[in-house]
Formats: sequence, structure tokens, C-alpha cells
Amino acid sequence: MNQEYYLKLSGLEPLIVTPQTNFVNVGERTNVTGSKVFLRMIKEERFEDALSVALEQVRGGAQVLDINMDEGMIDGKAAMVKFLRLVMSEPEICRIPIMIDSSKWEIIEEGLKNVQGKCIVNSISLKAGEEEFIHQAKLCKKYGAAVVVMAFDEQGQADTFERRIEICKRSYDVLVEKVHFHPGDIIFDPNIFPVATGIEEHRDNAINFFRATKWIRENLPGALVSGGVSNVSFSFRGNNTVREAMHAVFLYHGIQHGMNMGIVNPAMLEVYDEVDKTLLEYVEDVMLNRRDDATERLLEYAENIKGNSKKEVVSEEWRSRTVEERLTHALVKGIVDYIELDVEEARQQYDAPLSIIEGPLMDGMNVVGDLFGSGKMFLPQVVKSARVMKKAVAYLLPFMEDSVDGQSKKAGKILLATVKGDVHDIGKNIVGVVLSCNNYEIIDLGVMVPCEKLLEVAVQEQVDVVGVSGLITPSLDEMVFVAKEMERKGMKIPLLIGGATTSKIHTAVKIEPQYQQPVVHVMDASKSVGVVSSLLSDNLRENFIQQTKADYAEMRERHKGKKVIKSYITLEEAQKNAIHLDWENYTPPVPKKLGVYSFDDYSIAELSEYIDWTPFFSAWELHGKFPEILTDKVVGEAASKLYADALEILNKIINEKWLTAKGVYGLFPANSIGDDILIHHEGKDIVLHHLRQQNKKGEGLPNNCLSDFIAPQSSGKQDYIGAFAVTAGIGIEKYLKIFEDNLDDYNRIILKALADRLAEAFAERLHQRVRKEFWGYVSNEDLDNEALIREKYQGIRPAPGYPACPVHLEKSTLFEILQATEKAEIVLTEGMAMVPTAAVSGWYFSHPESKYFGVGKIGKDQVEDYARRIGQSFEYTERWLASSLNYDI
Amino acid sequence: MNEILEQIIQERILILDGAMGTMIQGYHLEEEDFRKEIFKSHPKPLKGNNDLLSITRPDVVKEIHRKYLEAGADIIETNTFSGTTIAQADYDMQSAVYDINFLSAKIAKEEADRMTALTPEKPRFVAGAVGPTNRTASISPDVNDPGFRAITFDELADAYGFQIRALLDGGVDIILIETIFDTLNAKAALFATQTVFEERGREWPVIVSGTITDNSGRTLTGQTTEAFLISISHAPIFAVGLNCALGAKELRPYLQIMAKESPFYVCVYPNAGLPNEFGGYDQDACTMSHEIEEFLELQLVNIVGGCCGTTPEHIKSIAKVAANYKPRPLLQTIVE
Repeated sequence: MNQEYYLKLSGLEPLIVTPQTNFVNVGERTNVTGSKVFLRMIKEERFEDALSVALEQVRGGAQVLDINMDEGMIDGKAAMVKFLRLVMSEPEICRIPIMIDSSKWEIIEEGLKNVQGKCIVNSISLKAGEEEFIHQAKLCKKYGAAVVVMAFDEQGQADTFERRIEICKRSYDVLVEKVHFHPGDIIFDPNIFPVATGIEEHRDNAINFFRATKWIRENLPGALVSGGVSNVSFSFRGNNTVREAMHAVFLYHGIQHGMNMGIVNPAMLEVYDEVDKTLLEYVEDVMLNRRDDATERLLEYAENIKGNSKKEVVSEEWRSRTVEERLTHALVKGIVDYIELDVEEARQQYDAPLSIIEGPLMDGMNVVGDLFGSGKMFLPQVVKSARVMKKAVAYLLPFMEDSVDGQSKKAGKILLATVKGDVHDIGKNIVGVVLSCNNYEIIDLGVMVPCEKLLEVAVQEQVDVVGVSGLITPSLDEMVFVAKEMERKGMKIPLLIGGATTSKIHTAVKIEPQYQQPVVHVMDASKSVGVVSSLLSDNLRENFIQQTKADYAEMRERHKGKKVIKSYITLEEAQKNAIHLDWENYTPPVPKKLGVYSFDDYSIAELSEYIDWTPFFSAWELHGKFPEILTDKVVGEAASKLYADALEILNKIINEKWLTAKGVYGLFPANSIGDDILIHHEGKDIVLHHLRQQNKKGEGLPNNCLSDFIAPQSSGKQDYIGAFAVTAGIGIEKYLKIFEDNLDDYNRIILKALADRLAEAFAERLHQRVRKEFWGYVSNEDLDNEALIREKYQGIRPAPGYPACPVHLEKSTLFEILQATEKAEIVLTEGMAMVPTAAVSGWYFSHPESKYFGVGKIGKDQVEDYARRIGQSFEYTERWLASSLNYDI
Repeated sequence: MNEILEQIIQERILILDGAMGTMIQGYHLEEEDFRKEIFKSHPKPLKGNNDLLSITRPDVVKEIHRKYLEAGADIIETNTFSGTTIAQADYDMQSAVYDINFLSAKIAKEEADRMTALTPEKPRFVAGAVGPTNRTASISPDVNDPGFRAITFDELADAYGFQIRALLDGGVDIILIETIFDTLNAKAALFATQTVFEERGREWPVIVSGTITDNSGRTLTGQTTEAFLISISHAPIFAVGLNCALGAKELRPYLQIMAKESPFYVCVYPNAGLPNEFGGYDQDACTMSHEIEEFLELQLVNIVGGCCGTTPEHIKSIAKVAANYKPRPLLQTIVE
């Protein structure tokens, strides 16, 4: 057959029904006429629950999702639209095509207007005459949908073989010849009626359906056959064992006769071969009308078996396994519901609690470790597993007085800390969880840990490895200091370096040479287990250390070579090559109101609309762009679960007011003087100091400095600058503590990461309002969140410590002018990190040409110039600019 | 349908023009250019509303068309990417939508006809550009309310219908529904197209071009290339393809899927590479045409051109390369 006759459907992904396609399952549970439970959900507007029914169908194997809202008590059209739109926002569901099921044309048409993929319309028919049929078919074609055609005409529903083929043939001819409908888009439903009803005429109901199916497939080229399978077993309502057997038998014979698809509950499908042999025989006798007493025999047999649902067996089947298997299952799937029950049961059986931890629990965690290591599990799932493990161990602890301080044999002791001056710890917490999952004992000293404290604990606790983490650039120097101190004290344990600001090259060049023992940069949490186990393994240790040392030595060599090639110009030359904006023909926009303004309690619900989710997933080492990541082939499932859990927490943050968002912004008159910006505020002059790019640029490219985007004093034009500091982390400690006490790292990390996202969203939203309302230099901007994330607006908001203004020290000026600590409750640490960590601060520039850039490396001459400008010693300045120097100190 | 176009496309690869926006930027136009006398007192800033230039600075638009035609384009696109009442609402310019489309079509047609007169053996065509609008019918802009929609199918179909009628009144030869990031928007456009064809009792060739946003290989609304193709195949389509978001090299795998599955002619017009860190495009004409040559060697396309960042130089270079290759043969279709 020509391939053009195939039925092609689409959700987010294609579904093509070819002669090789065995059978297409259409999920039936999202149908108010077929499921009382679903009807109740829709009536009570519990759309979340309704969505989970759809998701269950997809996970149970549905390849198309049937949706029906035909019920007198509900507004079918509104319910169809609402539910379809929600389905469209769930990539795991709308991956598959939709069957829009209604007897009302207006509901079908409204449904078609809300689905981007190619749907099936279920159904149209000749019931109200040919004219109506043609009208609806034409519209289906125009919207781009396949159709189910019921064997129904002006005289009524077809119930014999002859009537079935007569109506189907007539419908086919009208569709193909008059409407020019694609034959592959025509699906006939030749009516499945119940058998074993006790009524004589019903005995051939299944056989007639099969015969009609065969005739259609042989005589109407391209057309397919479908049907609502559960109708056939209507007389056995309440006895699922018999019903499932009947469905299996019906489908088996239906498919033999050419049936292509069926509306079924995919999670309840019994396999033909697995039906009990006696039952199978009885059912086939009924279905194929093979014996006069077939119905009586089946009824009798059915009396003797209690109908039990296959579905329950599937989902709770693991509960009937051995206690060890249950523990493993709970760990791998991250199910906390029964863990205490199961651990208690194990405790009754095992001689000592420790044997449970070292036995089944560790076995389970090993499975988790292996799956994670081979990329079959992802970080959020591992953290959930760890939560189960922690709960299990916590339950056992009180029973463990006999064993040595309640600790089982661990693979090693790891000390973790965020270094002095820094407060960021999401990544470090994840590393702790991952390592503890792999049977390492973790001592976590928290954030802002001074070097002395760190090393004191390391010695006292006789740890095997020290790991330090940090996010802001000054932390890099602190890590160098830690390495130097460990060398000075003659320590013998490895040092691990991690955190967003760290890099292999920095570790190789700056940290590793300071300490003779192994120093290893750990890229992300998933790498930490490999590194630590190599370092602590008698067999692998030497080899691993040598390789790492050789690797870093080579990087240092290459780094040396590279430095010569990259060339720099003097600060003076760089200043001459500044961008020259045409100030003469430019009028800087005047802010609507000058001065400093603050928000005590900004609506988090509003901010949640501005969240950029992509970095949230990155924090969990799920890499990919949102929302595509939710449907990613590899990490999609893990990402979708994480997203659902995060939305749950987000709702609590909003509804139960867990967090308070505070912010402050100011708009001030300003002019640039060279690389400085002079601000006038409340009669005082405040100077901002910026750095200028010094690397040699290509023809026509300027050496940028932020001050270039503000009108110079010499231009005689009054320009303006803005400043802001926002946080969404006020009140977070209480809830972090609750999660921590509850041994729930998973939700603790979600909450932290969400607070970070909300702070970023606050920065985004405030910037938008500054542009549109407070400064008001754009009034017509109408960007959606995606466009905001891509920075498609006019003006920039560079943050101190980030590439365009890398000097963290500037934050103190920023905070002073805004009084950010008083007005927004954000505190600066001595390392210039902001507390709460979910905080963002920066400057606003309005000039249309202003853009983000990286200052890159600078020369000694600029360090000298900068020291003079800020009135500090050269050494002090150099230390704060350490990560920006083009030379080694 | 257009018989001459039907005939030529079987003989050779047709060249579509390049970016309009990037070219306009080169003129350094100011607010005044966008306003002129006619919009002098319009309350909102108009700079950046490029479609308006067909009314206020037709000389600029004409010159850009001319440059592309001289570079060898067989088909030029009208300056109407944002020419719907929905997109123009940003500027409060809904009332100018008919004129934008009518005049853009007229300008382009004049230039194309002038060029055809010079070289009658190479007839030139005008494609009426129908952009995606700035709203999406499949996604809620509100994370807390995933059931919300900022625009409906009916509103989109109305706006598209209005634009398409004006483009046809202005004389376009082809309707080009392009840069599709949400297939539901495209389906509304195709619905409107069919309605207009019904009203006018004839059909024009329709080109439909989707946008794969990144290397996930999906549209913004999550569809794979093949799912996208299936979703729009019901409409009377002349050619289908991909444009924007990616460079030629990155587009290739998705173009291959399109070429393998499409029962229609295949069209592609990539960006000049991926954007640099400032959002600009640096890929030069030579590199781009070299990457496109790989499509041609594999016989993947019937129509090829350029999107963001491409210039007449790019088109000239692509046209030169394309002249050496045979077009993609159309998949065997059934005879009704």
C-alpha cells in the first residue's frame, strides 16, 4: 500500500500507524462518561487530580489519549478547553496525540482549537444526514484532524454485519469523493456491543464486529478500525478478572481480523497468553458463540472468582515481596511511605540493627549508586533515595546503643565546608548527600568556615578527605590559603575543590602547587564519588594521584604558554580605545522620581511568573533548557518529577507565606569621569570605580568600561544611574531547619534553589518596572518571560562581582548608597557575599548601546591606577582583584 | 496555483532572499524615519517597527528588495513579518495593518516585476511573509495558571486572515507562514489561509516554515520536526521547511528529517550561524554557502535562502553554489 495512506498523528512526538504497527492503545480513563472517579474530579474542578489520571494512562502505555467531557451536569465545552490546555502544559502527557471525544460538535470544534498536534475526532457520523456529515468532515479536514466515523446513519446504529458495512461504505465514499478526505485519516467504529447478556440476538455481537472489521480493512483502502472495547464485557461489571479476560480475548480476535486501535484502559490490559486456560476457553466460547450454554458456564465460573483489580496488583505488587526486596525498592524509587514499617519488620528478623544498615540498606544504596554511576538515575532521584536512607537509619539509631556510638562501618569520613566569606552551599549540600548515599560519613561545617576551624575539626575527627566549596571569586583566594595552611601544618589528607567559581585550571595553577598532598578539582556532585573512592582505595589511589598530578602539571605548562600569546595593551591605550557614544545628539532619559525607594513585602506570587527555570535544573545537574528539558529523552522524567515537586514547594512558599521578598532601588544623577562614575545623592558625591578591558582588540572593537555608558561630565549633559538590591530569602532559615530536622535534604535543596530563583526573578521584575515605570525610559516594552530571560530589553543591570564589574568591593558602596541592610535586610559578609544568599544587587544603565561584557584580565598599571582611585594600598587592591590579573602574584 | 512556479521548481533550486531586519539596521534609521508626516503625532515611539517603513520609507524597503534580486533571489519576502493586528498592538498601530501589507506587497511586486522584465528567462516571485506574532496559543505566560492563554485560535485566525487578504490584494504570488515556534499558531494561520482561498475561489502556493529553537530538535512548544510536519500536512501546502534560530550546520539533522518525510517541496533558510555573545551574527557568506552546499549535495532542498544576519552577499554566494546542484525530487504522491 502506498505510504501516503498511513494514519499519521502527532502530539509533541509523531505516531504513525503502518501495517507493521500491531495495535494502538487509546487511553479511556479521562472520560467522564466511562469513569465516575474522573467525572467527580471534573465536577469538583480538581483538575490536578484529573491530570494525574491522564499521566497514569500515558505511563500505563496509552499511545493516544481519549478525552470526553459529555455530562449534563458540567459545562462540557469549558471543561474540554480547560483540561486540554492543562494537558498541553504537561509534556509527558501531550507527548502523545489526543482523541477529542464528544457527541456535541461544538465541544469537538472548541477542542480542536486548543491542540497543536494532529488529533483524532471521535466521532462524526451520518446520524443527522449527509449534509451535516459533510460539513463536519470538511471542518475536521480544515483543522487538520483524523476522524472516527461511527457506523450510524439516519435510520440508527448498525447492529448487523450488513448494516455495518453498508453504512461504513457509504460514509467512506462521501468522505473520499465529496470531501476529498485522506483515506488514511478515516477510522471506523463499527460498534462494539456486549455479549453474554442472556439475550439471544446478542450472541453474535462480537462475531459481527470482527466480520465487519475484516470487510472494512479489505474493501475500504486506507481506512482503519477502532472501538470502545470495554463495552463488550458490560454484563460482568464488578468482576475485573473476567472483564480483563474478555478484553484480552476480544482484542486478540479483533486484531486478527484487522482492528487497528481500541479504546481501553492500558493499565488494566491482560495478556491473552496469560489468561487462565479454563477462563480463556469459557470466554472464547462466549465471544465466538461456540456453545449454546457458553453464557451460563461463564456466569457460573465468574461467581467463583472474586474480581480483583489488576491495577492494584501492579502498583502495590512490591509490597508482597521479601522485606529486603521492599527496602531496596523503596530506596531505588525514593518511597518514604512504608520505610519505618519495613525497617521495623527487618529489625524483628535481624540480630542487630547494624546488620540491617550494612546488609539490605547498603545493598539498596549500592543499587542506587550503580544506577547513578551508569546514568540511569539522576540527581533529584538520588537525593530522594538518600532521604529514605536517612529515615531508615534514624529509625534504627535508638536501638543501636550496643554498637559503637551507633555508627556502622563507613567507607570514609569526609569533611565539607563553604570557605570563609562565602555563604553559598547548594552544591556542597548536594555533594554531601551524594557521598552519604555512597556510605561515606559526612561532617558538614556549613558556610563561612574559617580555615583554622576547618583544619581543627579535620585533625580532631581524623577525617579522610577535606572538601571546600565557594561561589564568589574571593573564595578562590581563601581556597589557596587553605591549601597553604594544610601544607604548613604538614597534613596528609587530600583536599577537594568545588563550587561554581572554581575551575580545573585555577586549581592546577593556583591551588595544587601549594600543597604536596593530592588536590583535586571536582566538577560536579556526580563526579565526587569517583574521586573520593579512588582517593581512598588502596588499589586505585597511587595511580589516580599520579595521573591527576601529571594532568595538572600539563595544564600549568599550557597555561604558561598561553599567557605569552594573549596580548594586552596599556591602560592608557585602552582608555583611548573606549567606545565613543554620540552624547551631543543624545538626551539621557530623566527618571520619573529620583532617590531611594524600598519594598517591604513584594508579592512572591507575582515574582514566580518571572522565574527562569533553566538554572534551577542546572543546580540539580540536569542540563538543558526549560521547558524542553521536561521532555528530554534522557533526563525528562527526572526533570518533570523535580519540577512537580518544586511547584509544590513554590505553592507553599506563596500560600503559607514561607518567604518574604524585600528590595530597595535608587535612581541618581550621575556623570562619568574617566573610568569612574560620580553620583550625586542627598548632597553628597559618591564615586563608583570600574575596570576597563585591557586585552588587545580587533579592528573597530572598543575596550569597554561600564563608565562609558554614562554621559561624561565634559559633555555637559546630565545623565543618571540606578542601583538595586533585592532578596527573596527572608524567613527561609525556619523552613530549612524543619526540612533538615526531618532528614529531608531533597526538599531543603529545592527550597534553597527556589529562593535563589525568586531573587533572580525579583531582579528581573524590578528591572522591568524600573524601565517602564520608575525611570520610565521605555513605555511600550511588552516582553514575555522568555524574552526577558534572553535580555531583549534596553539597558543592563550588571552586578558587582560579575564579569562587567568584577570587583566585589563595589558592593559596599552599593549597599551604602541604598542602605540595603536597613531597608532590605541584606547583610554583607567580610568577603562581600550577601546574606540571605537568595539575593541580587547591581547597577542600572539605561543607554541603548549599553551592553554586558567581560572585563577579562587587566595589567599591573590598571591595578596601580585602581589602588590610587580607591585610596588603598597596592597590595590590598591586588588581593581584591586577584582573579582579574593578567600576571601571577 | 502558479503554473510557472510549479514548472521552474521541478527544474532547479529556487533562491529565497535574506534578512530584512539586519539590512534595515544598516540604514541607521531614526524615530523620524519611522514616523514621517503620516504618523507624526502617534503617541508611542515607533522606531524598530520595521514593517511601517513600507509606508514611511518605501525607498529603503525597495532598495533592499532590489539588492536581493540583483544577488540572484528568485523569491523575495514582503516586509510584513509583524504585519498582524496582534503584533502591531505593541505599537498601537493596528489601524495601519492593511496598508503595511498592501503596500509591502505592492513594493515587492514592482521590484520583482521590474527584474523579471530585464531577465524574462528568470521570473521573480513575491512571497507574502506571515510571522508568528508575539503570542503563543499553546503556552500560558503565567506559570501559576498553566490553563491560561494570552491569545486564542479564533483571535489568531482573524488576525491572520486580515493580513493575508491585504497581502493578496497587494499582489503577492505566494503565502509564506514562517518562523513557527508554536504549531497551534501556524494551524490558525493555515485555517485562515484556507478560509481566504474559499472566499476568493482560488488557491495560491503556501510555504510553511517552522523554527527549531535549539539542539533539542524541537519547536519552542516542544514538537519534534516530524510531529510538526504531521500537524500541518492537512493544509494545501506547496513547500514546507525550516528557518531561523540555528545556522545551516545546526539545522542539517532536522532538515534531513523534513526532506525524508515531506510530501511537499522543501524549503530552508537558516541564520548566518549562531548568534555571538552580543546577539549578532558573524558567519560570512562563504562559510554559510559552504555549509549549505552540504544540503545540496544530499539533495535535501528545493528552495534555499537566508534568515537573521544574512545579506545580499550571502544570497549571492548561496545562489552561485545552488546553480550547480539538482533540486530534491518530490516524494511519490498518490494520484487522486
